[in-house]
Amino acid sequence: MSGIPFLPVVKVRLRYSKYGKVRFLSHRDLARIVERSVRLAGLPVAYSEGFSPRPRLHFGLALSTGYESDAEFFDVDLDPSKGDPGAVEALPGRLAPCLPPGVTVTAAVLLDPGTPSLQEAVTSCTWRFELGPTDDAAASELAAEVAGLLAAEQLVVTLERKGKQVDEDLRPLILGLSFERTVDGDGVLHAELGTKPRSVRPAELLAAFRSSPEPQRVVRTHQWTMRDGQRCEPIGLVAPSPHAEVRAS
Amino acid sequence: MSQGPTPNPGFAAGSESIWGRLEPLLSRVQKPARYIGCEAGAREPQWGPGKVSWLLVYPDTYEIGLPNQGLQILYEILNERPDAVAERAYAPWIDLEAELRAHGVPLFSVDTHRPAGAFDLLAFNLSAELTYTNLINCIDLAGVPVRAAERGPDDPYVVAGGHCTYNPEPLADFLDFVVLGDGEEVVSEITEVMVAHRGAPRETVLRALCRVEGVYVPSAYEVTYEGQRLVAVEPRWPEAPERVEKRTVADLAEWPYPKNQLVPLTEVVHDRLNVEVFRGCTRGCRFCQAGMITRPVRERPADQVRTMVAEGLRRTGYDEVALTSLSTADFSGIADVVKGIIDDPACGGNVSVSLPSLRVDAFGVDIAAELQKGRRTGLTFAPEAGTWRMRQVINKLIREEDLYEAVESAYSQGWRRVKLYFLTGLPTETDEDTLGIAELGRNCVELGRKHTKSPSVTVSVGGFVPKPFTPFQWFGQNTVVELQRKIHLLRDEVRKNRGVQMKWHDPRASLAEGLMSRGDRRLGRVVEEVWRRGGTFQEWSECFRLDLWEEAMATHGLDPDWYTYRHRTEDEVLPWDHLSAGLHKDFLWQDWQDSLAEVGLPDCRWTPCYDCGACTGYGIEHIVASATPPAGGSQGTGQDLGTGGLLPPVLAEAVPVSISAGPSGAGAGGAA
Ligand code: SF4
Repeated sequence: MSGIPFLPVVKVRLRYSKYGKVRFLSHRDLARIVERSVRLAGLPVAYSEGFSPRPRLHFGLALSTGYESDAEFFDVDLDPSKGDPGAVEALPGRLAPCLPPGVTVTAAVLLDPGTPSLQEAVTSCTWRFELGPTDDAAASELAAEVAGLLAAEQLVVTLERKGKQVDEDLRPLILGLSFERTVDGDGVLHAELGTKPRSVRPAELLAAFRSSPEPQRVVRTHQWTMRDGQRCEPIGLVAPSPHAEVRAS
Repeated sequence: MSQGPTPNPGFAAGSESIWGRLEPLLSRVQKPARYIGCEAGAREPQWGPGKVSWLLVYPDTYEIGLPNQGLQILYEILNERPDAVAERAYAPWIDLEAELRAHGVPLFSVDTHRPAGAFDLLAFNLSAELTYTNLINCIDLAGVPVRAAERGPDDPYVVAGGHCTYNPEPLADFLDFVVLGDGEEVVSEITEVMVAHRGAPRETVLRALCRVEGVYVPSAYEVTYEGQRLVAVEPRWPEAPERVEKRTVADLAEWPYPKNQLVPLTEVVHDRLNVEVFRGCTRGCRFCQAGMITRPVRERPADQVRTMVAEGLRRTGYDEVALTSLSTADFSGIADVVKGIIDDPACGGNVSVSLPSLRVDAFGVDIAAELQKGRRTGLTFAPEAGTWRMRQVINKLIREEDLYEAVESAYSQGWRRVKLYFLTGLPTETDEDTLGIAELGRNCVELGRKHTKSPSVTVSVGGFVPKPFTPFQWFGQNTVVELQRKIHLLRDEVRKNRGVQMKWHDPRASLAEGLMSRGDRRLGRVVEEVWRRGGTFQEWSECFRLDLWEEAMATHGLDPDWYTYRHRTEDEVLPWDHLSAGLHKDFLWQDWQDSLAEVGLPDCRWTPCYDCGACTGYGIEHIVASATPPAGGSQGTGQDLGTGGLLPPVLAEAVPVSISAGPSGAGAGGAA
């Protein structure tokens, strides 16, 4: 595919990672940065109608301030009548110099018309919690806790919603949970958390642990959608994220 | 800064990044993005042996400090020099400060997260008196002794610049030196002195700095008091001049900075491209320190403005640019410049232009109309006072008909909200003047009704605090109680009118501001004590603690009334008499007398020079492209001083100011 076919509006989905100092940016900050970067890169962005036209950008599930990610996404509508959008494969390279260090566009694809929005499509996210040096006792306690949480029929947590205390069962939204210890002795939790009917926040899962683990880093590694009954990512990565390799070492 | 085995001992001693220690703390604080730096346009600081390292500190939050243009200009100029490196720091908010102190992490730069103590200079931008306790807090967080006298050979030099440094005396104990006026040239001269004297004892370096024009070394002066009265401030070293003159950049065209305005990753105030179109203002508003101390007017060539806008937009990706100055509508040919930017394809089409201040006449609104083609929400004007008499006193010569024309023009062109700025507590202010504010508001709503169903007018009222190097520097400011009374009086009057809303600043803060504004060195102990008792971020209303200021004054046997509410006499030695903004003291005194006589003064850009001293003293002059005043009403011509209000022109002989030794409520001509 070399060049975007001439259509009234071309929808493109981009994937990016967020690592390092920029993990402290809020979702809102990042949305503004992305908006400025597409303008700086000279992409012919379509604008909304009305008094104060806004560039037509659509963001997926918010990532909490402080977390890192290999799997963030946004959609942008391009207007070929405003300029040649160029090849979709070239977009990551064009955006790179316009983004702060640590925010890296890793893939871009054209969207078929009628593709559901990110908010709608994503059904779960996979998270990695890096706990740092974990001794044998702590490790076996965590492993036991993970087993206990998975064995539980329900997991009622009390949440504050609109000023009221509400009880919610977390268990149906914990789709996967495991604990491992790396060769260096660092503890790592992996969890897949559902987003329907509501997103479970990583902090809620951690609060369900008696040992209240305090991860040094929390990384969203995947977001998942269902296509033809298959679990898949909104955009697959051709190659693993550059950070994934760095971090694994 | 002693000569050690390595050329830059400061650099060698603990200059590694503290990011690893900071990172875990950031997960626990509000808005951590303000501590990470990473702005587009930020320089990769080139540290190297022998370089003079500057940490430019804004003693308020990142959101307020990042956009500061003065700091960004110096950041670029210093980093362009082969012998200097500059980074930036901002005051950590209270939550992070607690974490830093609990974990022994020092104040840091946001560029490379180096500890503040690793720099040769901590250079503070002082734009507001209520940040003084933050300055001390930042020095302390840097791990540096807060008192200059206690600093050792390896400690950084603490320096301040900015508008407040025209009376730095309350901070004299904490500052090694101070810079008066424009910083563009003097930072290089200071750098050269630091290079030449690297490793020399502190006093040697300070003596050398005394020779740099615009540099004031407080410890080089002896202060003498007689009882409460200050009687002399005299040099104790031969290098120290009797009077320190400010620095003025003669031609802005030589300084097209910032070239790479920083684009923050998180929200800040004034988040847009800012291009300074001129510096200085000679409208002569008597309450306005900024106007007085930045004379004369130096316009940037229109072509350079256009280039800086086009380049800046292209580099930053902003879609909004503000043309900044103290009164941008006065820029020669402003209408053409604005139109040029909006129509310039190099500016990308979708650009919005804003002017931080609008002139109060139909011309001002026409420019605003040019700027805001789309949705028109609110426009802001600053008549500053409610009656023509009062506006003559302050020399803000706006005729009522000009204000009404402007407001009517705004409503008729689709604006729905008008905001009017006023001061209260001005010299000679009577209740009639105060209530005049309500009347202006009411009349503006009436005008709006002709064009829209529900026009809204907001009057915003601030308590006046006299500033050094203005004609009002002799005026005893209104007491907190008096300001409160006036605000309530006005509020009750405003309430009678639907459509007028009123906002006001906390008058209690005006006391602390007044103490710092015109205080002497004895107030150093007060600032220090307020800081020690936790009084930081005093300009934030939720943090302001009047009790701390009052208690600290009492502890040190100082009388707040004497410092703030007392009228000064002509022969009194003012704490800043050994400093100079170019303005002749007798010019200021005469202007004070004229003010009391309700006599206006024209703008010297377009009328003959009256020798205030700002040009004549330094051999410079205005740089103004157009020799004729801009079109418009009273604000345009600057000539029609006698017309205007309901009152006939007053050209009376100067009347003596009624001086009261004690607190004054109603002001110099006190009629309330
Ligand atoms: S010296 Fe003369 S021209 Fe210059 S600012 Fe003063 S009055 Fe105006």
